[in-house]
Amino acid sequence: MAYEIRVNGRRHAVDLPGDMPLLWVLRDALGLTGTKYGCGVAACGACTVHVDGEAVRSCQLPLVEAAGHEIVTIEGIGSPEALSLLQEAWLAHQVAQCGYCQPGQIMQAAALLAANPDPSDAEIDAAMAGNLCRCGTYPRIRAAIRSAAGLMKEKG
Amino acid sequence: MGRLGRITRRSFLVTSVAVAGGVALGVWQAKRELPNPLALDEGEAALNPWVVITSDGYTIVTPRAEMGQGVHTTLAALVAEELEVPWEEIRTIHGPAARAYFNGALLRAAVPWPGYEITGWKEWLADATFVLPKMLGLQVTGGSTSMLDGFDKMRLAGAAARETLKTAAARRWGLEREDVRAENGKVIAPDGRAIPYFDLAVQAADIDPPSDLVLKPRSEWRYLGHAMPRVDMVPKITGRATFGIDVRLPGMKFATVRRNPRLGGRMRDHDPAPALAMPGVEKVIALDDGVVVVADNTWLAMQAARAIPIEWEDSPHPPTTSAQIARLEAAFDAEPDSVMRDDGDAVAAIARAPTEKVIEAEYRVPWLAHATMEPMNATALLEEDVLTIWAPNQAPTLIRAKAAALAGVPEDRVEVHTTYLGGGFGRRAETDFALIAVEAAKALPGVPVQVTWSREEDMTHDFYRPAAMARMKGVVNEDGIAAFYGRVSAPALGRQAGRRLSGIASPGPDRMIVEGMFDQPYGIPDYRVEGYAADLDIPVGFWRSVGNSCNGFFHESFIDELALAAGRDPMELRIELVRRVHEPSARVLEAVAEMSGWGGPKESGVGRGVAFTHSFGTPVAQVIEVGRSGEGIRLLRAWIACDPGIALDPLNVEAQMISGMVYGLSAAIFGEIGFEDGAVIQSNFPDYEALRLPQMPTVEVRILESGRPLGGIGEPGTPPSMPALANAVFDLTGQRIRTLPLGKALSFA
Repeated sequence: MAYEIRVNGRRHAVDLPGDMPLLWVLRDALGLTGTKYGCGVAACGACTVHVDGEAVRSCQLPLVEAAGHEIVTIEGIGSPEALSLLQEAWLAHQVAQCGYCQPGQIMQAAALLAANPDPSDAEIDAAMAGNLCRCGTYPRIRAAIRSAAGLMKEKG
Repeated sequence: MGRLGRITRRSFLVTSVAVAGGVALGVWQAKRELPNPLALDEGEAALNPWVVITSDGYTIVTPRAEMGQGVHTTLAALVAEELEVPWEEIRTIHGPAARAYFNGALLRAAVPWPGYEITGWKEWLADATFVLPKMLGLQVTGGSTSMLDGFDKMRLAGAAARETLKTAAARRWGLEREDVRAENGKVIAPDGRAIPYFDLAVQAADIDPPSDLVLKPRSEWRYLGHAMPRVDMVPKITGRATFGIDVRLPGMKFATVRRNPRLGGRMRDHDPAPALAMPGVEKVIALDDGVVVVADNTWLAMQAARAIPIEWEDSPHPPTTSAQIARLEAAFDAEPDSVMRDDGDAVAAIARAPTEKVIEAEYRVPWLAHATMEPMNATALLEEDVLTIWAPNQAPTLIRAKAAALAGVPEDRVEVHTTYLGGGFGRRAETDFALIAVEAAKALPGVPVQVTWSREEDMTHDFYRPAAMARMKGVVNEDGIAAFYGRVSAPALGRQAGRRLSGIASPGPDRMIVEGMFDQPYGIPDYRVEGYAADLDIPVGFWRSVGNSCNGFFHESFIDELALAAGRDPMELRIELVRRVHEPSARVLEAVAEMSGWGGPKESGVGRGVAFTHSFGTPVAQVIEVGRSGEGIRLLRAWIACDPGIALDPLNVEAQMISGMVYGLSAAIFGEIGFEDGAVIQSNFPDYEALRLPQMPTVEVRILESGRPLGGIGEPGTPPSMPALANAVFDLTGQRIRTLPLGKALSFA
């Protein structure tokens, strides 16, 4: 049957099985390839998207449950021409190496800052524990989240 | 595919501009210039195989795989520094598979001497290793060699292009080349008139570059030696970078692969019916050892692959981890494969030393998977006799050759597009993932097919870091270490990989069994290292730092044991022994000692360990500090000092040193691949964990620069991390753990 989902403010009618994970709907049906497949078992965080503002592993979210909710992917929070404040911090700290996990890292961090604009180090650690990076960009991820939080404070 | 598709046409044009750079050798094949593989649209000009000028900027072909190590940015900086163009107007592309992009430094590490010792006649012979990659057109990213290969080559490419542009402008003005200067993408006359490069490019492409190219001295560098904004950063943080798994083509089908979990075993029988009954499943393709399932989307392909009943044959290899370890042990009973260090007479020194001065220990490390974040994948399209492959890969010319043979088309009808790599670490120097996509393309002519492996397939069908063991003996005295005798047993990775990738089973000793053990700059009077080739043909491959990843742990754990047995401080003794052989290495140890406040007062409940490895031309010393917490041992702080010769991009050197260390620490704490019934036990991140952000210690990096020769940066951070942690754990707990991963013996927070 066909489902209607809203992704980055746009409506899409997709005629796919209800148990198909949102990850593959985004990637293979809608062509939104910024959200990555890493493990398929919610162990790496590469597929993190926002569902009604919360960070969710899209590999575990069936299409039927995604329908009717506001979904935002990495493509929706900023563009090369207009980076989000968090992406600006990622750029300033030159965080990415291979870059494959970074969309998930950024979506996770964005959800953290939206809920908690001034997180402690322990809160950053706890929020980011589910996002694996095999290149070991962790020190720069920490630094970028801290400076984004600082910038958000400045802007009030 | 945009630009890449337009530039890399199948009809290769040979432009009149020569390939600049390279070491001239007295061999015809080595001296012959290789054709420029770039074919261009109207209005574009290729000044040589590395520089393309268009109306909207400069495209620099950076023919090494960008897998996170920052190679595109620094290769581009080498060209841009000499070309005199604004950084913001630079784009980079991987470029096509082409002989012109051979890696001349690739086999330099294969010479049987320690890297710190390559001088004089050895330098000449090491340079001679440049010939083979050129003749074979080996376009490979590996061995931390991209800068060693590209340092002169890429700067000369930029300088050659600049001089032809200057000549073109000078001719237009009726001046001499010497009268004009190049600046910021323009050629400028003495009276201030200026012509943009783009307006000169087509004319310049017909001008031979002068032979008197002079490269800028370091004092004039504007890009090199500075932290440059990475060219791939914005696409990677906005989700716009195209990795292999992100390739989307009109009419493309999505597929996955399922192969015999018993490694090396074949498929006896299968029934495709349950898969084909699923709506949206297009085809089930039988391979020798499994199936490829093609469907409308990747998820469906994965579901369908699981639904196929398959009867598997047994693995030809010893089926359990313990049976494999028995093979490692048995190898010690045979003749050594190599004796690559034999200073003095270690065997006699041990025989005549009093028993209480002789120290013995046995160490083990397990098989490891690469576990790149992006699972293996590739996309292929076979149209009549033209094969096109899109793949995140480290060896496009090897893929081209093997894919041509598999598809039955000539090599010049195969095009390989290299995408961004979601991690490589050596896994993507193989060709298997591309060839499976070619199998799929053969079965569906005219249809592009993307084959994405599940994480489980990826982890259970890797080319693993070899399991290895070491039997160590040493003699201590009041000064420190009098004798060191290391024996290492491991599968012969060099021979297996050589046979698989190039068809050449390299003769002679297998250096990879002992690298990181035989080639360390320690001045020990009686010093002997033997390698033993285990009779184990489990698929093994290049895992970040290769043999050094095993031997760094063996060597540096044992040096610590000997130092402590001699009653010496492990840092002080290392500095003393290393200084006898290699001053730059002693300096990195001194630097890390100073950074970490080694020898000063230490908080209680804190342990520290040091380790040092000279690999890929770069000495690296690390100190790791650990403490106790309710959940187990916690990594607190880490310090890294390194000397890559020249820090071409200091911020990137820092990133790579930390990256290498984290990769090693993940292995040291968690990493283990085991076998049962011929199959790999671990299958996904829950049972093959890696370091996560909360576990990350704070890290400080210091870069020393002793000048040339250039060392690598992608791999040398990995080997010392594992022994530094094991030595720190000993310092904290008094427990000497000689088998990795450490997490099996102790819990880590």
